[in-house]
Amino acid sequence: MSETWIILGASSAMARALARSLAADGHELLLCGRDADDLARDAADLRLRGAALAEVMAFDTRDPDSFAPIIARAEAAGGVVNVAVFAGSMPPQEAVESDPALLDGVVTDNFAAAARFLLHIAPLMESRGAGSVVGVGSVAGDRGRIGNYVYGAAKAGFHTFLSGHRNRMARKGVHVMTVKPGFVDTAMTWGLEGMFLVASPSDVARDIRKGLRKKRNVIYTPIFWTLIMLIIRMIPERIFKKLQI
Amino acid sequence: MQLNRDRYTGWGRVLSAAGGRARPEKARMLDGAPLGPAMGQRRAYGDAALKSAGPALDMTRLDRMLAFDPDTGVLEAEAGVKLSDILTAFAPKGWRPAVLPGTGFATLGGAIAADVHGKNHHEAGTFGAQVLSIRLIGSDGTARDVSETTEPEVFRATLGGMGLTGVILSAKIRLAPCPSGFVDVDEWRIGSLAAYLEAFEASDAPFSVGWIDATAKGPALGRGVFEEARVSNRAPAFAPVAKSRNIPITPPGFVLSGPVVRAFNAAYFRRIPSAGQRRTRPLASFFHPLDGLTNWNRLYGKKGFHQFQCVLPPDSAAMTIDTMLRRIADSGLAAPLAVLKKMGAGRSGPMSFPMAGYTLAVDFPNRGGAEALINTLIDQTVEAGGRIYLAKDSLATPAQIDAMYPELPDFRALVRRLDPEGLFETDLSARLNLRGAS
Repeated sequence: MSETWIILGASSAMARALARSLAADGHELLLCGRDADDLARDAADLRLRGAALAEVMAFDTRDPDSFAPIIARAEAAGGVVNVAVFAGSMPPQEAVESDPALLDGVVTDNFAAAARFLLHIAPLMESRGAGSVVGVGSVAGDRGRIGNYVYGAAKAGFHTFLSGHRNRMARKGVHVMTVKPGFVDTAMTWGLEGMFLVASPSDVARDIRKGLRKKRNVIYTPIFWTLIMLIIRMIPERIFKKLQI
Repeated sequence: MQLNRDRYTGWGRVLSAAGGRARPEKARMLDGAPLGPAMGQRRAYGDAALKSAGPALDMTRLDRMLAFDPDTGVLEAEAGVKLSDILTAFAPKGWRPAVLPGTGFATLGGAIAADVHGKNHHEAGTFGAQVLSIRLIGSDGTARDVSETTEPEVFRATLGGMGLTGVILSAKIRLAPCPSGFVDVDEWRIGSLAAYLEAFEASDAPFSVGWIDATAKGPALGRGVFEEARVSNRAPAFAPVAKSRNIPITPPGFVLSGPVVRAFNAAYFRRIPSAGQRRTRPLASFFHPLDGLTNWNRLYGKKGFHQFQCVLPPDSAAMTIDTMLRRIADSGLAAPLAVLKKMGAGRSGPMSFPMAGYTLAVDFPNRGGAEALINTLIDQTVEAGGRIYLAKDSLATPAQIDAMYPELPDFRALVRRLDPEGLFETDLSARLNLRGAS
């Protein structure tokens, strides 16, 4: 049965991989992002890969006015509505430290905009009594690290929001899944030093589909990050504050 | 744009480069990327997709299919799309790429740049025969559409031109109708080289290929398994793609040592019943038998491997292949992967590999003696009036290539005119002097 999927931040490599997986199963895709020209190429591609529909819609985390038309479009589609949030940004920590004003954008892109969008669309999803939310956070949100804690804090905020949202939406039959990827081979990590165990976007997409089938609440992807983060979360603060990880 | 400075290799993992790679994920990001030669999935074995002296463009994320016309079968797609993705998306609709090489991981751009061929080369010619136009970024950084009508010389030089004429951004290709998702494959044992060549001459199937036991000596010299196939009319139209397995680690080199390979080959030969067999197989597993095992190149260990592939004209093929096989068997260096195939005359560009005759491809683990042996085999190819495949090569010399590619002087002149500063130079073109001394 074909369902509608709203994909926020559809240009990201992980979003593209998930969209292709959904297209192969014939779903209807709303590709939401800023680069409409490039997303049009994705839309054409996804239709050829089997999507029943692939439409480009303007979405900008910094422009809340862009949210309403997307929600209206999903409402008009009827049937089950799902949302997958991939939007995010990660300026280098040093850049934020030298210009603290950058923090607002990081929080908006990685947390506030998505949370606001999900709150807006919640009544529609509740009224349909089904559907899923896929919220892509990060292992960086599990612990504040010296090299990346502004980004991590925004993701942590998003994780906590998703946890509460899951609690609310589950009562109306909507499943909310938090996805915490480790290092993924995307434009964000390309060429960065110190990358290891890098997963491909299609691996992440496969884990997301599997997590949805099994109605998982929180997944780490690839799976071994579950263990890595379990260990990292257990390190006491008095030791953690001396570590360079 | 951020460059990845990690060392990267060709498929054979012997040669490597660390000149930096930019990998645009959106068409627009190309504007901010440094201009260099394009590369795809790096399925070329040697240094065709390497650049040590400067940045290269990794095109694998520009992999979208843009438009398809079901009336004409014409598909427009970005260069980074994998041929297996095209097959997966279009086989259920009754279409397939007309030419598919041995791996579906090859990209559209790579298939054009190497003018690849498939098991139906004797009927369909090379990949370039189905290419209608190419969107090419020139050395000035701007993109233009190149075709047989707009710039015939540049168009042909790009088909098989190993990326030296510019960056292939996207292309229009004509897909072939494909009434079934399956092929009927007939396989039978072949006892000798002479019987092999007879089988190819007698075969009227659209697809044919032979596996050859390159370790067999004496009376068994040239034995193998002949395989011919026709698109099935007995099976359903479409088969879902099987899940692939990965080789997660690099095993020690002895896995492919002489005795192991001889034992494997003997078993592989006897796997086919002496009376032959017929099987119906999905398209993808027939065209791309090794793709089910991603990273199989790791089986050759840390030191990697070479592939030697030559094509020989019909009059000298039988004798030359016989001598080559003796030499290879005596060396004890061959790997299980060795392929013999009849080729037609079809080739699309001046640097395209095929010629009418027979092509022999053999893998060699990168061990002592392999390089010297391959060099001898290349010399033999030159003597026999044949040529070797640039997409596979990592060892040839400029003199050997000059002798095998008679249109090279014109190609050089054109490439220097299109790219005077050598932005699109690769390690392959530098090693073989494909641009000519400027």
